Amino acid sequence: MKFAVKAWSNGTARAGVLHLGNVAAAIDTPSLLISTRKGLPLSIPPDLLPSLPFPDSRLLHVSPIHFFQGLSIKTISKIGGLHQLLGLHGYGFAAFPRDSIQCLPEATSTNKTGASFDNPCGRLLIKPAEYMEMISSMKPELWVTLADEVPAWVSDKRNKTSVDRTIKWLDECIALSPASGAVFGAIVGGSSLEERRRCALEVAMRNVSGYWIGGFGLAESMDVRPALLNAVTEPLPEEKPRLICGLELPEEILQGVAAGVDLFESTYIYHLTHEGFALTFPLDRTQINASNLAPSDVGSDPRKINLRATVFRKDATPIVEGCTCYTCRNHTRAYINHLLNVHEMLAQILLEIHNTHHFLGFFRLIREAITADRFEEFCKDFVGSRYDHLVEDGSERVCL
Amino acid sequence: MALTPFCSPPPSLCSSFRSLRRGLFLPLLQAYPYTTSKGAVPMPETALMALRFEVLGRFNRARAAQLTLPHFVCQTPLFMPVGTQGTIKGLATNQLEDIGCQIILGNTYHLALRPTSELIDELGGLHKFMNWPRALLTDSGESSGWKANAPYTRGVYSNPSMCFTLAYFGYSCYINRIGADIIMALDDVVKTTITGPRIEEAMYRTLRWIDRCIAAHKRPYDQNLFGIVQGGLDPVLRDICVRGLVDRNLPGYAIGGLAGGEDKDSFWRVVAQCTAALPEDKPRYVMGVGYPLDIVVCSALGADMYDCVYPTRTARFGTALVPEGVLKLKNNAMAEDTRPIDSTCACMVCKNYSRAYIHSLVSKDAMGSQLLSYHNLYYMMQLSRNLHSSIVRGKFPEFVCNFLQKMFPKGDVPEWVCNAMEVAEIDISSCRARFRDD
Repeated sequence: MKFAVKAWSNGTARAGVLHLGNVAAAIDTPSLLISTRKGLPLSIPPDLLPSLPFPDSRLLHVSPIHFFQGLSIKTISKIGGLHQLLGLHGYGFAAFPRDSIQCLPEATSTNKTGASFDNPCGRLLIKPAEYMEMISSMKPELWVTLADEVPAWVSDKRNKTSVDRTIKWLDECIALSPASGAVFGAIVGGSSLEERRRCALEVAMRNVSGYWIGGFGLAESMDVRPALLNAVTEPLPEEKPRLICGLELPEEILQGVAAGVDLFESTYIYHLTHEGFALTFPLDRTQINASNLAPSDVGSDPRKINLRATVFRKDATPIVEGCTCYTCRNHTRAYINHLLNVHEMLAQILLEIHNTHHFLGFFRLIREAITADRFEEFCKDFVGSRYDHLVEDGSERVCL
Repeated sequence: MALTPFCSPPPSLCSSFRSLRRGLFLPLLQAYPYTTSKGAVPMPETALMALRFEVLGRFNRARAAQLTLPHFVCQTPLFMPVGTQGTIKGLATNQLEDIGCQIILGNTYHLALRPTSELIDELGGLHKFMNWPRALLTDSGESSGWKANAPYTRGVYSNPSMCFTLAYFGYSCYINRIGADIIMALDDVVKTTITGPRIEEAMYRTLRWIDRCIAAHKRPYDQNLFGIVQGGLDPVLRDICVRGLVDRNLPGYAIGGLAGGEDKDSFWRVVAQCTAALPEDKPRYVMGVGYPLDIVVCSALGADMYDCVYPTRTARFGTALVPEGVLKLKNNAMAEDTRPIDSTCACMVCKNYSRAYIHSLVSKDAMGSQLLSYHNLYYMMQLSRNLHSSIVRGKFPEFVCNFLQKMFPKGDVPEWVCNAMEVAEIDISSCRARFRDD
C-alpha cells in the first residue's frame, strides 16, 4: 500500500492518492469505502458492482465479525482469502470489526481479554489472537488493530481504560501481523480531548501504515466533534492515511475531511436505501436541476426524494436526469415507486446502486474543492443549500 | 412491429362428435348471446396472429422450434420465470438477459391492483414500465388471481354469465393495456384433486369464455391470445375442451389445471393426451411446470413452454437446482464445502462462489437469495437451451438418458417417468437399474 498527499485546502483538509496492490488504478482521497455484509454489498449484485464509478468504488469495507459465526477461519484459508471467497479480484479490502449497522461495539461487555460486539447472531467477545487469525485468513489489503470503542457517556475512568486497552491490543496485533496487508493503528478516546490526544500520540509512535479513528458516531454531539477530531489528527504524521467510521451524513463527512481524514465508511447509503430515499442533490455546482426540488413531497428536501410518495407514481423520469448509474440509465421513478409499494427486493438493489453512485459523486466534489483550494467555501455552500427551499418560501432559516 | 399474418386451416372435426355436442348443449348455448346455434364461433380462416412458430427439429413427439413474438425471437422448449408484480424477485433486467431469459410472466390481477393497468398503459405498457426488451406473457392468475378474488363471483353476481361479462370486461381492458406478447384467456380453473361435476362445469365454462375473450380482444395484431385446456384428470372432458379450443384457431394453446398436487401418473397422461390432440404447428404451454424432471418429460411428450415459481421460490429457501436434483445450502455440511454449487454450471455464481460462502449468506442476508435465484434461473435456462439444441442436433434421447442418469445414479427412475418415456418412444433402459423386477 502506498499513500501520498497531493493538495491541501483550508489548512488541514487534504487530497491524496492511495495505491493498493489489487486495484488497477490509484484511488484519489478523500474517498468512501463501500459497506458490505460478508464482503458483498447489501443488495448490489456482484455483476453490477463494476457499473459503479471506477476506481472510486473499488475500496470495500469488510467486517471480520460477519464471518465469525458463518464461515470458519479454516474454510476461508482453504479458499484462499477474501478475493477468492468473493470473486472480486480488482478490489481492495479494508478490514475492521465495526459495522455501524449490524456489529456495534458493546462497551459494557468488553473486558481485558477481548472486545465485545453485538451482532445478529448474538454477542461475541473477540480476543486479539483469534482476531488476528481471522485477519490472516482473510488477507485484506489493509486491516485495523482491535480497539475498545466506548460511547460518549461513559465515565472518565472507563474512557481511560479503553485507551490503555486499545494500545495494548495494538501491540499484540502488530506482533501477530500476517505477512501481507497494511496495518492501521486504532485510535480511540471517547469525548475527552486529553485521552484522544494521548491515544493518537501513542499510536503515532508505533510502526503502522495508517490510522483508524474509532469511537465516533456513538452519541457524541456534532458540536464537540471537530475539536475531538483535531485532537486526534493533529499529532499524527501527515504522510500516513487516516480512516474513520461512524460519520454518516454529508455534513459529518465534511467535518472529518476538515480535520484531515482521508477514508470514510458511512451508513448513509444504507439508511437512505432502507427508507426508500434516493439522493438527488446536484453534483455539478453550476447547475441546479429544478425538478429535483419537490417541496410538496413529504420527507423530501433538496438532498433527496422519498420514492414511496404518491407524487412519483407516474413519474417516468429517472431519479436524477443525466445520472449515469445503472438505475437511472434503465429505470424510472414510477417503476421504483411501484417496487417499493409492493415490497419487492429489486427496489433496494436499484436504490443502493443509485445512492452509492451519487454519494461517490459527493466525494468527487470534495476532492475537486480541495484541489482548487476552496474547501471552506464548498462546505458553506453545501451545508447552506440544505435550506435553499425554505429560503425560497420566505421562511426563517432553521438552525441545526 | 407488424408481423406478416399467415393462415392456418381450421382443424377438421369429427362430424359425429359435433352433433353429439350440439345435442347436449344446445339449450345452454342458446342462453348466451355470443354463440350461434351451430356451436362455436371460430376465428376467420385468415386468422391474424402475432406470432410465428417454426419447428426446426423433432424426435418422435418432442420438437424444437423458433417462436417469433412481437418483442423477441425465442427458442423452444423454453422455461419462463415468473415475475408476478413486474419484477423477478431479486434480479435486475440485465441479469435476466445475461442468464438468457426469453419470456417472463406477469400477473394481470396483481398488476391491475398495483400499480393498475391504466397507469401501466399511460406509461407505455409493461415492457416499457419494467424496461424488459424481450417477451412478456400475462396470466390471469390461478388460485390467487382473478376469479378467486373478483367480487363478482359472490352473492348477486353468482350467475356465471353475469359474472363473466363483468369480470371479462375488466379483464380484457387490463390485459390489452398491459400489452404482453402472449395473453392467457380467462379460464375457470379447479384443483385436480377435486372430483365431481365441478370439473365438467369448469371445462364448459372455459370454452364459453374463450369466445368472449376472442370477441373482446382488441389487439390480435400484436398480442397472442392463448386458450387454456381444462377438464381436470378426465380424458373425455379434456378431449372436448381441446377440440373446442382448436376449433377457435388460436395462436397457441396451454394445458392448464395441472401442477396442483395430482399424482404424477395422472399428470403425464393428461399432458400426453393434450399434446397429441393439439395442432402440430402451434406452441403448447404446460402451465405451472415446474420441476426440471417434469419439464424433460413434458418436452419428450411434445410440449414447448413452461412456467413456475419453483426455481426462484426455492432459492429464497436456500435450495439450489443441480443435475443431481437439489442442494440444500442451509445444511450444516455446506459450511465447510469449498466446491461451487454445480461444477458443470457456467453461471456467475458457480464460477465465483463456494457452497460454504453461500451457506453463510442464506436465510441471513438478501444477497444469498439473489445469488441462488440467479443460479437457479440460469440452470432452468440452460436446461431449455439443452432441450432445444439436443432435439435440433438429433441427440435428444442421449440428452434424456444423461439427464436421468445424473438425477438417478442408482437407476431408480420413477415409474411414471418410465411410462411416459415409453409413450414418447424414448429408450431409457440404460438409465434404469439392471436388477429391478419389472
